[in-house]
Amino acid sequence: MTSSPVGRGGTAAPARRETFSSRKLFILSAIGSAVGLGNIWRFPYVAYENGGGAFLIPYLVALLCAGIPLLFLDYSIGHRFRGSAPLSYRRLHRAAEPLGWWQVLICFIIAIYYAAIIAWAAMYAWFSITKAWGDDAEGFFFNNYLQAAGDAGLSFDFVSSVFFPMLAVWIVTIVIMVAGVNKGISRANAVFLPLLVVMFVILVVQSLFLDGAMEGLNAFFTPNWDALQNPGVWAAAFGHIFFSLSVAFGIMVTYSSYLKRKTDLTGSGMVVAFANSGFEILAGIGVFAALGFMSVTAGKPVDEVASGGIGLAFVAFPTIVSEAPFGALLGVLFFGSLVFAGLTSLISILEVIVAAFQDKLGWSRKAATLVVTIPIALISLILFPTTTGIQLLDTSDAFVNQFGILACALVTVIVVSAGLGSLPRLQKHLNRTSTVKMGAGWRILVGGVVPVALGYMLINEIQTKSTEQYSDYPAWFNGVFGWGMAGALIVGALLLSLIPWNDKSKLKDPEYDEFDALEQRDGDVDNNAVNNRDVADNNNKELQP
Amino acid sequence: MTPVAITMMIIAMLTVWGGLALAMWNLARHPEDEDELPAPEEMPHEL
Repeated sequence: MTSSPVGRGGTAAPARRETFSSRKLFILSAIGSAVGLGNIWRFPYVAYENGGGAFLIPYLVALLCAGIPLLFLDYSIGHRFRGSAPLSYRRLHRAAEPLGWWQVLICFIIAIYYAAIIAWAAMYAWFSITKAWGDDAEGFFFNNYLQAAGDAGLSFDFVSSVFFPMLAVWIVTIVIMVAGVNKGISRANAVFLPLLVVMFVILVVQSLFLDGAMEGLNAFFTPNWDALQNPGVWAAAFGHIFFSLSVAFGIMVTYSSYLKRKTDLTGSGMVVAFANSGFEILAGIGVFAALGFMSVTAGKPVDEVASGGIGLAFVAFPTIVSEAPFGALLGVLFFGSLVFAGLTSLISILEVIVAAFQDKLGWSRKAATLVVTIPIALISLILFPTTTGIQLLDTSDAFVNQFGILACALVTVIVVSAGLGSLPRLQKHLNRTSTVKMGAGWRILVGGVVPVALGYMLINEIQTKSTEQYSDYPAWFNGVFGWGMAGALIVGALLLSLIPWNDKSKLKDPEYDEFDALEQRDGDVDNNAVNNRDVADNNNKELQP
Repeated sequence: MTPVAITMMIIAMLTVWGGLALAMWNLARHPEDEDELPAPEEMPHEL
């Protein structure tokens, strides 16, 4: 903490909100959050499938027109209202608090399965040394390692080789979280992120020297210009940018609430956004160079070996590791990168939840962290290291992404822009201390382009998922852990908003009042409050004889 | 690699990594507000 919670006289003074000790640490942490598993295993395949080199155009358009504007929206809300997601939205407007809790609950779902993937990657870094999968990487992953049940369901047959690494992931993460923003989150990111970049650069260099690397890159970068006429390709670009930047589910709101009052929000955000995309381009080069090698070795064209997600990481890459020169090193670098990319993202996801409860209950950092993270870890350890863990992970991931993050983002931008009319106020806040100034264009993008793009994607997803069973799982399974879970997040958010903020909560925070007064002195105007006052004044006038 | 693939690769690197370099240069031109830094005894140890 940046100051002692106990005053000199021995009386307990309110604990001051922690702040990142420097802008550099905030940027590192925000990049650590944005660069996750998706950058490594999702982007290369999405880009390849949607036009290859030509995908760059919709990708950059989506980055500049939706990703960065949304990132700035999150920054402005978190930094102006200086709280976790529920507290920030509550301070924006009393009725907006459920949006914050919706984001917190989305993070809860992601956290419980994200830890499982990090644990698998950690084990696979180890397996790479002995090439434990032999010559059947797919069979080894599903049958030997995960011991996956044939049918989707809910089993409590635990798989020890998944359970213990998951336990280790949770212990490491909880220790980091208990240490707080500066001693935990900042330090972890300051170590893990540079380590990730170094490991990944070595991996890319090694991949480029493999036979067939150039064929892989050729396939990846050859443009298919016709793809640009397909609206699905543009939706894929907007969807990818949206998930890749970790926007609109509380993370960036929470992290920016730990920034000092005078911070260059947009300048920092540009670095974060382009660093995230820069890492994706690097991942595309590394992954497709390795897939080129796989294609040459298997005597198949690149399109037959290209894959994304779990298939790329736990089936294609182990096959490459088995056949490549210095394959063990390649495996350790690849899976090690997944572990560090995943850990820095998991930390940020958990911080959304910890900060929310810390603010609402007014508890100390340590107490709030333990009370929040231990139950989350237990739920995660009960549901995912089992023989049905992979199916549960698959369904919860697909539904929380589309009907959690995407739906919540759409509702949030509509409420903040058209509903509350808060964009001019937030724009002014961004411009007060930032170097890259936002004009009316930002408001048009956030209030117009982004809702249209998100709405289009959401309608598409609702149509797809309601007409066919996701992954051919039983209807009850997708109904409970997919649709049911997504609906429960909304109900849960409304219920959590009904819990009153007590006197110890951060809603009544003298430090924020001081901050708020300085903001208002510098020109911040709450239009809602002004409008309400005007209405009240008019009513009073009408009542006067 | 075909010339068109090489061209697209270079454009992708220039736009994204160039954008990153530009963003970092912009930030370096505007140092943090020193008044807002916490007092030395409150700063965490060097990382």
